[in-house]
Amino acid sequence: MPKRVGIEVSLAASEAACAVDSDVIAAYPITPQTHIVEHLSELVADGKLDAEFIPVESEHSAMSVCIGSSAVGARTFTASSAQGLALMHEILFIAPALRTPIVMAVVNRAMSGPISIWNDHSDIMAERDVGWIQTFAENGQEVFDLIIHAFRVAEDPKVLLPVMVNLDGFTLSHVIEPIEMLNAREVRRYIKPYKPQMVLDPKHPVTMGAVGVPEVYTEAKQQIESVLRASKKVVVSAWKEFARLYGRTYRPIETYRTKGAEVVLMTMGSVSETAMTAVDKMRDKEIAVGLMRFRLWRPFPLEEFRRAVKGVKVLAVLDRAISYGAQGGPVFMEVRSALYGQAGQPNISGFVAGLGGRDITTDMFEEMVKKAIRYAKKGKGPTYELIGVREK
Amino acid sequence: MMKAASGGFKKFTPKTLPKFEPLAQGHRACQGCGEVLALRMALKAMGKNMIIASATGCMEIITSAYPQTAWDVPWIHVAFENAAAVASGIEAGRKVLMRKGRLPKGRTTIVAMAGDGGTADIGLQALSGALERGHDFVYICLDNEAYMNTGVQRSSATPYGAMTTTSPPGKLSIGQYTWKKNVPAIVEAHAIPYVATAAPAYYVDLMNKAKKAAMIRGPAYLHIYSPCPTGWRLAPERAVAISRLAVQTNIFPLYEVIDGRYILTKKIKKPKPVEEYLGLQGRFRHLDKKTIQEIQERVDREYEALLQKATLAEVQEEST
Amino acid sequence: MLCSKRISKLNREGVKRLAKVDAITGWRNLEIGCAIIEPGSSRKLRTGDWRSQRPVTDRDKCIKCGMCWIYCPDMVYLPLRSGYFKWDENYCKGCGICANECPEDAISMVMEGD
Repeated sequence: MPKRVGIEVSLAASEAACAVDSDVIAAYPITPQTHIVEHLSELVADGKLDAEFIPVESEHSAMSVCIGSSAVGARTFTASSAQGLALMHEILFIAPALRTPIVMAVVNRAMSGPISIWNDHSDIMAERDVGWIQTFAENGQEVFDLIIHAFRVAEDPKVLLPVMVNLDGFTLSHVIEPIEMLNAREVRRYIKPYKPQMVLDPKHPVTMGAVGVPEVYTEAKQQIESVLRASKKVVVSAWKEFARLYGRTYRPIETYRTKGAEVVLMTMGSVSETAMTAVDKMRDKEIAVGLMRFRLWRPFPLEEFRRAVKGVKVLAVLDRAISYGAQGGPVFMEVRSALYGQAGQPNISGFVAGLGGRDITTDMFEEMVKKAIRYAKKGKGPTYELIGVREK
Repeated sequence: MMKAASGGFKKFTPKTLPKFEPLAQGHRACQGCGEVLALRMALKAMGKNMIIASATGCMEIITSAYPQTAWDVPWIHVAFENAAAVASGIEAGRKVLMRKGRLPKGRTTIVAMAGDGGTADIGLQALSGALERGHDFVYICLDNEAYMNTGVQRSSATPYGAMTTTSPPGKLSIGQYTWKKNVPAIVEAHAIPYVATAAPAYYVDLMNKAKKAAMIRGPAYLHIYSPCPTGWRLAPERAVAISRLAVQTNIFPLYEVIDGRYILTKKIKKPKPVEEYLGLQGRFRHLDKKTIQEIQERVDREYEALLQKATLAEVQEEST
Repeated sequence: MLCSKRISKLNREGVKRLAKVDAITGWRNLEIGCAIIEPGSSRKLRTGDWRSQRPVTDRDKCIKCGMCWIYCPDMVYLPLRSGYFKWDENYCKGCGICANECPEDAISMVMEGD
């Protein structure tokens, strides 16, 4: 059995990239991602990981280097956060288009302005449409496991898409947790050597990234869309295989005490552990509340989500990002549209909280649940509000 | 670095030019495109064993409009400003795969190519990063002195006085009001083993420099003057002739910088007046005598400064 | 292996079709990442029809120096065993660089149709 060790979560993320024997790591430092790349550069410097560590001059170049190395068949890892992720934005679209199975740890952090190094999800929510598979971790063990899982999914010949594994900055990335670390030998049962399908090779010259004339652009997009949608099967079966080998189970939608729940709180990321405590407290007060979390965010697990909310009367959706001027937070809007026209759909309320590192307490979760129940009783349509804003 | 590489260096002569063509016929460059010509010459010299990372630009669109490609060598385009970064990844990826025994060992020339906009402006940072990290690659800047692909807008490599669509001459303007950015000097400041300028008229010189750049371990930079008849308002048949004139007027001097030592590869004993060069191009048609004189003085001064840097003893006489 | 199979299929389907016609295909037929796996397939594009003038070489004056070949941006001069160069009408855009650079004035540009 693998040993459980106390380790900082960022370091565990690096150890995961090391356990899969990454070939190239290109990264630019940004708080709170730094510990991941620092530790990776140590692993390379100490000869524990035989990889090229490329200390690039920007995140834009980090992602560009990753595409280059992946295009010649190298297993490629990087990590970023907030402004860095945004600087990559242009190139993020191109990685799935060229079908380069890069894996990136995204250490979620608030976007400027004002500048903030602390945690929320405004960085990743701006990258929903780039064509990457996106998963969310709630604790250190999940970070380690999901990174290993990401390589298996990304490099599957049926997928060949890049994957982002999201973990919350500081509140998750910088804490020390007991984590069961799989070593390279153990990971080899799960991760097979990467067999690239399309490589830059002088012996077989191919042209990658050709101009997408109007006659082909739509079809090129359809390829990405189809492969991304179909990747859900691979994502799920890779989790099943993970459970079989290592005993830990993951699902696209994770649930907690949803049995018999009339009210369900929806979250994602590390705040879910606080949410669980809040659910326990409310259950003690006889409120029939449960919790659902998105583990898989892209492709959006529509069927699993609809199945999970069946019978739920009230949904309270937490967003950790603002979508200025929109009808609500990004998660709220997607949840609502996923349920549109469904028979017996729940009353949905959206809440934005925990921006730029502000704590979300169990009391705040309780407030959201109670408000959602109240709005449902009053028959108020979908609402959206910020929680914890001082007016005075 | 250079010495080791130059040990086996056999120069091309007009009679020993390689027959290999990296580009296929049917590319969609304009009539008389000096840029695709410069590219063709440089890549011919480097041989078939190469991988190219291309920036967005004329050369990208004229060679790769789906579903046809003009490339007979492996080629990738990712974006505008990152050719040097993509090339870095290609080089590093292959290096580690060879080390781990997953690719047969052997040297492949990794080429990054971009225009002057993709080099002097938007791609300068990625270029600097890749040079500083010391990747084993050749960067080719095909300098046609403006953003031609988007319709002739000025770049920082556009020469003083030139008319472009964003540096139009007018009542209050002489056209481009800044002097051409000296990218080879910026590159040279990275202390890389090889920097060279070249022009298609001097094709043997160009091809020898390209071959040298490919042979050298570490980063090498080629800055190739690439006439654009369309953007320069130049008769297409004069594309090669204008590149000869650019050298003969000292507007675009040919030199190498090997491990920091400047070497003039074409010394012009009696430079022609710049007016002769400017007069052939519509983009300079509006210039008055005073401005032409100003340009002449600047060219003379810059050439003097280059002479100072060059090791005169090593001035080489090149045929053609 | 896979690539070469696909290429021969592409060739069978005929090289004469126009570029845009070739691009009109179902998305399932696209290569991974919309890559183009047939090197040099631009040869299907006959850019020669852009031309209004064509170069004519006077072989009596030609000294086989190869300037037309090396200075051609469109690779339309093919070296022959005899030392002369064969002009390829399929791709010549008629820019006139060859005529301008020929040291013996052996090449002249004549209007198409003349």
